[in-house]
Amino acid sequence: MKGRDLGELAVRNLREAILRNSLTTLGVAVGVASLVAMLSLGVGLQTLASSRLTKSGLFDAVFVTSRRDFRAPGGDGPPRKSSAPPEKFKPLDESARQQFADLPNVVDVYPQIRFLTDVRYQSNSYSTNVLGVPESSRSASAFDSITGKYFSSPTAEEAILQADFAKELSPQTANLVGQEITLRYAERRAVSSDEIAKEKDIDKQLDEMMSGGISIVSREKKLRIAGIIESDPSAGIGGFGGGRVFLPLRVAEQLHPAQANDVQDFVRGGGSGKPTYAALTIRVKNPKNVLQVEDAIKKLGFNAFSLLDAARSLRLVFTVFDLFLGLFGSLALTVASLGIINTLVMAILERRREIGVLKALGATDGDVRSLFFAEAGAMGLFGGIFGVALGWLIGQALTWGTTIYLRRQELPGVKISYVPWWLAASAIAFAVAVSLIAGLYPAGRAARLNPVEALRYE
Amino acid sequence: MPSTQTLIHAENVSRDYRLGETVIRAVNDLSLEICSGEFLALLGSSGSGKSTLLNLMAGLDRPTSGAIHVRGQNLAALDSQGLARYRRETVGMVFQSFNLLPRMTLEENVELPLRLAEVDRAERSRRVAQALERVRLGPRRQHRPSELSGGEQQRGALARALVNQPAILFADEPTGNLDSATGEQILLLLREIQDTLGMTIIMVTHERPLAERFANRIAVLSDGRLVDQFAMQTGARA
Repeated sequence: MKGRDLGELAVRNLREAILRNSLTTLGVAVGVASLVAMLSLGVGLQTLASSRLTKSGLFDAVFVTSRRDFRAPGGDGPPRKSSAPPEKFKPLDESARQQFADLPNVVDVYPQIRFLTDVRYQSNSYSTNVLGVPESSRSASAFDSITGKYFSSPTAEEAILQADFAKELSPQTANLVGQEITLRYAERRAVSSDEIAKEKDIDKQLDEMMSGGISIVSREKKLRIAGIIESDPSAGIGGFGGGRVFLPLRVAEQLHPAQANDVQDFVRGGGSGKPTYAALTIRVKNPKNVLQVEDAIKKLGFNAFSLLDAARSLRLVFTVFDLFLGLFGSLALTVASLGIINTLVMAILERRREIGVLKALGATDGDVRSLFFAEAGAMGLFGGIFGVALGWLIGQALTWGTTIYLRRQELPGVKISYVPWWLAASAIAFAVAVSLIAGLYPAGRAARLNPVEALRYE
Repeated sequence: MPSTQTLIHAENVSRDYRLGETVIRAVNDLSLEICSGEFLALLGSSGSGKSTLLNLMAGLDRPTSGAIHVRGQNLAALDSQGLARYRRETVGMVFQSFNLLPRMTLEENVELPLRLAEVDRAERSRRVAQALERVRLGPRRQHRPSELSGGEQQRGALARALVNQPAILFADEPTGNLDSATGEQILLLLREIQDTLGMTIIMVTHERPLAERFANRIAVLSDGRLVDQFAMQTGARA
């Protein structure tokens, strides 16, 4: 029999026992819905975690330090022992920064600028750390729930305060937005030998010479408070966070603040007056490019580190999580497949005579088997389509319920369920496959019926 | 008029059924030849083995021993696929209880053998219309079997048996569920078909007068054996 005729007969047969077949199809739909809802939850949570982590800027970034300064990330332990002969260490300076920026797939290269400062507000003084944040941090999740606004421009003379620090300035933190604060900080200045020679004060001249060509000058800078945030936008890797006042990175760079590595350079005799960076962060186009950029930087003679391994572990965790969700979801579909077997076995008993007539008219065993297969497959197909829709609705309801709960907790809503096209297509294909497997026994039994006995059946 | 060319040759055919420990021999070492274009009535009382013999010749069942040759091929040696093809291409069947599928219209019932034979749709509707016209049921094509009388149902079943233009028509007690007048109409229709299409008809019946009136030849069965067979006078059939 041709496929189209088979399909027509199957649908006609399903329509005849509409209630029973609808209930069986509904059973399949519920099974598929549970599978889709479970997996959509897994996919949704994975997508949510991935997007949050991507927003954190940890997985598309390579962190670079000079080999001379390298410590294990997050620690200040002793330097690595190495039997290799000492190599000429490259300073992490402006030319290195330019080299990194020229590498393929690099979007941005920026230094970590963190320095100690005194913040003056309403004649009170507070000691704290200032951190320069790059423009790319605008999308960081820490700024999602900002009170006030993000920096109006990359060069705006504005500051964002960390909430705990803001509370020290004023208990009514919201009122701080738009107010002015003054930063008092140490500016690092390169001093040429001519300048030193012109210096009349011999004590001062000696001091400058001993400092190896840099001078530290106290400066002040007035900034407007643009916003207040709860969490640290740069927390997470190697203790690089810890800022309580945040400035646009370009503004922070223009201040030329003296940092801890300036002293290190001096102590190690490298204080040539050229500014160097404690560390540089390189942002790449896509997390996929991280390894390639990391290798290129290592070849240039610097230490490079990324969190890609952590991302890999996360993917593994989610794969196992999805597997378990899928297994639980499949249980309902397995129960539904028993319903298909039951319905089709009943149909064989009821339609025994019909099978006999079909065989008397020339239907082969294969035709009869295919007809029952087509009926099982049609129940799987309709159940699968309906189940995907139902599963999507359940996912939407879960997202809706979660969003309401999170809003009550004063947290932003999140989409925890997501049904990608491949999940919908696989769920329908899986439902059809399970239905066909469930139809194996009834279809085989129908095909084996002896036509004479079947025709005799009342 | 029947030719002298043998169409079906049953040769020492036996068919046993096992009922627990007991073996029942429904057809017992029976041999029979049927010529092309013949109207043969298999006559016998209940349990004489006539329906079993019909099922064997129609390819619905296989003999326990012996051979049934139809157009030179032995049905006993065919696999289930081969038997299905034989039923689809060579045979048409009419049953006592009509066996129209209740969920289909008359037209769809008649179309069923053509679907199984994978005939094109356009050709199908032409042949269905032709078959229904032949049994004078054209206007009832959209009716379901439950909306038809017994005679109409049997005529519908006859149209379904004819639609594939088979060489042999098997009829198992075609008048068994009909009143005598309607039964006679059905047999007249069978005769008309035999005369116009030259089809071979093999009919099982236990009604001797009808068999004598309409068949060319009568084969009498008893206890699974062929006990008598005789040709009818042509004049007696009018």
